[in-house]
Amino acid sequence: MVRSPESPVLTISGLVKDVGPLPTLDGKMLRVVSGLSLVAERGQVTALLGANGAGKTTTIECAQGLQKRTSGTISLLGQDPDTAGAGLRARVGVMLQDGGLPPSARPIPLLRHIAGMYQDPWPVDELIARLGIDSFSRTSVRRLSGGQKQRLALAAALVGNPEVLFLDEPSAGLDPQSRQMVFDLIAELRNSGMGIILTTHLMDDAQRLADYVYIIDAGRNVAEGTVAQLLQHQLPAGDDGQHIRTLLFETEPGLDFTGVLTDGVEVTEARAGSYAVTGALTPADLAAITAWWAARGIMPSSLSLEARSLEDVFLDISGREIR
Amino acid sequence: MTRVSGGAPLGSAPLGSAPLTAHGSAPAPLLRRIMLQGRYETITMLRNGEQLILAIVLPLLAMVGLTVTPLLDGLGSSRINVAVPGILALCAMSTAFTGQGIATGFDRRYGVLRFLSTTPLGRAGLIAGKILAVLAVLFLQVLIVSAVALVLGWQPNPAGWLPGMLILVLGAACFTALGLLVAGTVRPEATLAITNLLWILLGALGGIVIPSERLPALSQAVVHFLPSGSLGQALRDAFLYGSVNVAAVFVLLLWTAIAGGAAIRWFKWN
Repeated sequence: MVRSPESPVLTISGLVKDVGPLPTLDGKMLRVVSGLSLVAERGQVTALLGANGAGKTTTIECAQGLQKRTSGTISLLGQDPDTAGAGLRARVGVMLQDGGLPPSARPIPLLRHIAGMYQDPWPVDELIARLGIDSFSRTSVRRLSGGQKQRLALAAALVGNPEVLFLDEPSAGLDPQSRQMVFDLIAELRNSGMGIILTTHLMDDAQRLADYVYIIDAGRNVAEGTVAQLLQHQLPAGDDGQHIRTLLFETEPGLDFTGVLTDGVEVTEARAGSYAVTGALTPADLAAITAWWAARGIMPSSLSLEARSLEDVFLDISGREIR
Repeated sequence: MTRVSGGAPLGSAPLGSAPLTAHGSAPAPLLRRIMLQGRYETITMLRNGEQLILAIVLPLLAMVGLTVTPLLDGLGSSRINVAVPGILALCAMSTAFTGQGIATGFDRRYGVLRFLSTTPLGRAGLIAGKILAVLAVLFLQVLIVSAVALVLGWQPNPAGWLPGMLILVLGAACFTALGLLVAGTVRPEATLAITNLLWILLGALGGIVIPSERLPALSQAVVHFLPSGSLGQALRDAFLYGSVNVAAVFVLLLWTAIAGGAAIRWFKWN
């Protein structure tokens, strides 16, 4: 995807954030973000992808004006969030990781209250219908399930009808239906021109939602691009420069593929009847395998060709050790 | 966009006639935002049962207790005339210090302060709304306590109402600042313990309902320098004699400035 030539909704350059002094570090400051830069465009979903503690939340909280940065510049809709006033806040919607909703509140009065802070809010009834909030409208926030809380927090972030939407770990605690509902809505909002910035440690979220991904590790940018760019760019190459792929299929156990496969392509039978063919597979390899099946009347019960997932890319870049 | 099947209640209903547009809102006017937040916080405080006991029931019980026992005899024209100003001071401490302190402590824990400060309300509007809620609840307390006190025979000095109400508002400001200072610097469980404990200690020994003359010698020396003692004494001087106790008002102003400055300096939003 080509980055939009319009002015970005958010530009962060050289962001540094120190916290502390921390007793655990002998009273020294801890640098949680060190020189991070990113650009988020209108009408796109920009994802900050990283492990827990990578500095994603700190970065977007600096952009929201919730934390003061140590150094660097931030421009949110052309303004500095540290000095901007209610005019900027009215154009920006924020969904915090912990929701930030009062436990004793009931969903609808709470949404109406927040809507009152705006001149021209999104009609609350529409948000309620859209996010399925009517099904738990009489339950206090403290008794809502994780997914219900997330949907309410999303509604609260959207009620001002913002131009920019920040979502901190939006799919945390969502059941599959809620997740689909929230993802559909995010896609629709993006298409309507909203600039959406989300953090996630889930590759699947980034892969499904994001137009552009920044991979963050230890408070730094380590890679960026569209999901497709990140996947292609990082595909490991075989000896001859071909990309390594894996063909997975299930059929009768104990097959002998001797003579079928070209050199450098290996087949393993991980459990009886479940095969993985790995190597620099070519279309000719695929044709040879399927022709061999056809000659023997073999019909696989499942079949897939696995490209790399964003998770592999992420693990390659940020290391596989557990921090 | 209907990908949720099976008639689940989570159906992605179309938005009807309203198209999805990301145009960005303007904020509501500042005054309206603050009034809305004040109303919201007032309703929240009045819905809290424990808070109502602390704000209304215990002060009324203390007032009745002080009029049926000889504890305040000889300190003024009648037991109730000496008791009521202190009860009003106790009401201010209940609502501003203990009530708002605990509420703010838990709002901080649950991220409510952070979320609301990202809306057009902002941090300043949030604090203004909290102060407004304290004043609204205090107004209701004054109405109820005064009504019951008048029935019990309270005869306030008419010249005391104006200075008395202004001093009460100053006391509420002072205790709000102290409550926010505690709420913004320690865990909410600690806020709960500290503000409740201080409410009992200051209520019993801090010169708020029981004048310094009737306190142990150790308390007598310090209560004039406490916000509780100075608020209680200033209100008693206003409603008993219609006079303004300048020294007590000065002590209250000093506490308000120090606690307010400390709260601004050390309040942690997350």
